[in-house]
Amino acid sequence: MEFLAAIWSEIPAAVQNIIVILLKIVAILVPLILAVAYTTFAERKIIGYMQVRMGPNRVGPKGWLQPIADVVKLLFKEVIIPTKSNRYIFLIAPMLTLVPAFVAWSVIPFADGMILADINAGLLFILALTSMGVYGIILGGWASNSKYAMLSAMRAGAQVISYEIAMGFALVGVLMAAGSLNLNEIILAQSGSIFSWFIWPLFGLFLVYFISGVAETNRAPFDVAEGESEIVAGFHVEYSGMAFALFFLAEYANMILISALTSLLFLGGWLSPFQGLDFLTELPVLGAIFGNGIHWFLLKTAFFLFFYLWFRATFPRYRYDQIMRLGWKILIPLTIVWIFAEMIAIGLGWRPWE
Amino acid sequence: MGINVGENLKHYIKAFSLIELLKGMRVTGRYLFDRKITIQYPEQKTPLSPRFRGHHALRRYPNGEERCIACKLCEAVCPALAIKIESQERPDGTRRTTRYDIDMFKCIYCGFCEEACPVDAIVETNIFEYHFENRGENIMTKAKLLAVGDNHETEIAAMKAADAPYR
Amino acid sequence: MSFEQLLFYLFSGVLLLAGISMVTVRNPVYAALSLIVCFFTSAAIWVTLEAEFLGIVLVLVYVGAVMVLFLFVIMMLDINHDHLKEGFIKYLPVGLLVALVIAVEMILVLSGGGFDGEKYMQGQRHGADYSNTKALGEVLYQQYLYPFEIAAVILLVAIIAAITLTLRRRPNSKSQNIDQQVRVKREDRVRLVKMEAEK
Repeated sequence: MEFLAAIWSEIPAAVQNIIVILLKIVAILVPLILAVAYTTFAERKIIGYMQVRMGPNRVGPKGWLQPIADVVKLLFKEVIIPTKSNRYIFLIAPMLTLVPAFVAWSVIPFADGMILADINAGLLFILALTSMGVYGIILGGWASNSKYAMLSAMRAGAQVISYEIAMGFALVGVLMAAGSLNLNEIILAQSGSIFSWFIWPLFGLFLVYFISGVAETNRAPFDVAEGESEIVAGFHVEYSGMAFALFFLAEYANMILISALTSLLFLGGWLSPFQGLDFLTELPVLGAIFGNGIHWFLLKTAFFLFFYLWFRATFPRYRYDQIMRLGWKILIPLTIVWIFAEMIAIGLGWRPWE
Repeated sequence: MGINVGENLKHYIKAFSLIELLKGMRVTGRYLFDRKITIQYPEQKTPLSPRFRGHHALRRYPNGEERCIACKLCEAVCPALAIKIESQERPDGTRRTTRYDIDMFKCIYCGFCEEACPVDAIVETNIFEYHFENRGENIMTKAKLLAVGDNHETEIAAMKAADAPYR
Repeated sequence: MSFEQLLFYLFSGVLLLAGISMVTVRNPVYAALSLIVCFFTSAAIWVTLEAEFLGIVLVLVYVGAVMVLFLFVIMMLDINHDHLKEGFIKYLPVGLLVALVIAVEMILVLSGGGFDGEKYMQGQRHGADYSNTKALGEVLYQQYLYPFEIAAVILLVAIIAAITLTLRRRPNSKSQNIDQQVRVKREDRVRLVKMEAEK
């Protein structure tokens, strides 16, 4: 141990800094990728259960190694590049979806002080990055030189842009209530008790945010971009092997990101629901469980992730024009009205969330 | 068409309270905890009817004599033309098949051959887990069919007995 | 050369290359992609200048929305790539002239007395707790509130004008009325009939 400490002190400070940051990135990304893998497993299991089936249960005990087997299969498959496709853009597109999905995690506060980059405009940063994920879809669809992929790219592009507006407005409501764009400060603005979470005064915005989050990630019931029954698989019909896996990884990382953000912005992230109940939080051992911490953040994220899967098992797919109507004619006016009411409330000095 | 205020209000309350979505989610949520009806196939199997139409077999009489008398009724009735029979007179004066081939790729497992057979020689057993590994194996020859019959005679007899009251 | 300078030269180099390729490249989709790289690198340069709010908004608005629509339109149109660059040499002198005028204008404005050069040239370093968002908000909503509001109203007028220009009844277009569709009840579509059983 002393030997290692000696080596560590020999390293220049700048390099030390870089090593620490790299380790932090690894500490975020490895659990994230594992979470993605097991989200696919959970999805198949939960949807199976909702359809009175068992879901995958053959690989490993109770099927627990199924995602590993899937990854290994995809790794060893050939990445087929269609003739007459645009091969550079075809190969760059999956990375273009994956990178924003991963980078956005750098500003997520997992617990008090557990954050890679505590930047001032964290919320805007996330909004900017999630809006970039659509490039991979559009370019992948275009570069495949396939009709289905092209149609899907068009659908995804229009859909993501439309719902981004509703999403942005919902976030405006949150930052008006919190008075900050910094994610950590938004969480701290919700501290107090369970009733100071933003979900209560901003319930409508919470619904709008989660619905447009589902639409933004192209998940059921808004998954016209990959509608299996109409355009086969949409933008990734021509993809195989690891290139396909990257699209998949990005989609699920985005799902987890939206769930995490919903819990951060509306349910107080790592704040405990028992906050303010001192007789619970001051218990000797259980106090750590009842107190604030990363476990509450993970629990809330998992809760919303479950809703994603629940939606997929329940709702039939929207028609394309219905999606556009919901986004433009219902969600956006709803958020504007809500923000307006919130503005009046703040102007009158009536702040129910404090 | 007049504007019905009450109707509109009811519609908006219904739409914005998301009540119908919640109803749908309640259904799927209930089924999440329901008993699962999946059959874990290689370990668990569903019961088979005595009328199940699986792999073919040729039967023998208890004394070891083959039942088939080469009447070719099965060949005639077969809608898929899967059966091919050639026959010859034996030294003892009886007529028997020299060739009895069923092409398992052509066969549609309709069971007409079994129905047509006057001596219960060709039957369809409840064997449904079989496969071919080489070309030509799909042609079931007389020897193969007789061997299947010999191996599964007790099951075939039991199936026949179970179905007998309804014939 | 400090790390910051290195970043600046890196980003501005990429920015220039992407800008040149945006103008010269044949495929319109590649041109749009180069433009995206331009926006991205300029956003990065703004971030190094401590204007993180502006940088992120540039990415959010231009990369995240405007360029997606650009790509959308480019992909939908079947553009003939050969015709696109035909007049390149013919229009080059005019283009160069415009570029020259803009360059001269910028040099005059930046070096002349119009701007308080001293104030803007000096790089002011702020601490980590400096919030560009807040500074920008103070300038926009306190110092220049009226111009800001007027600009907003003009934009709103433009939005309304754009919508009214395209919102016209087309006699032959067919569309479904979703409002009516979602209000349909079972009674509107299904008629339950009770009949005597046939004897």
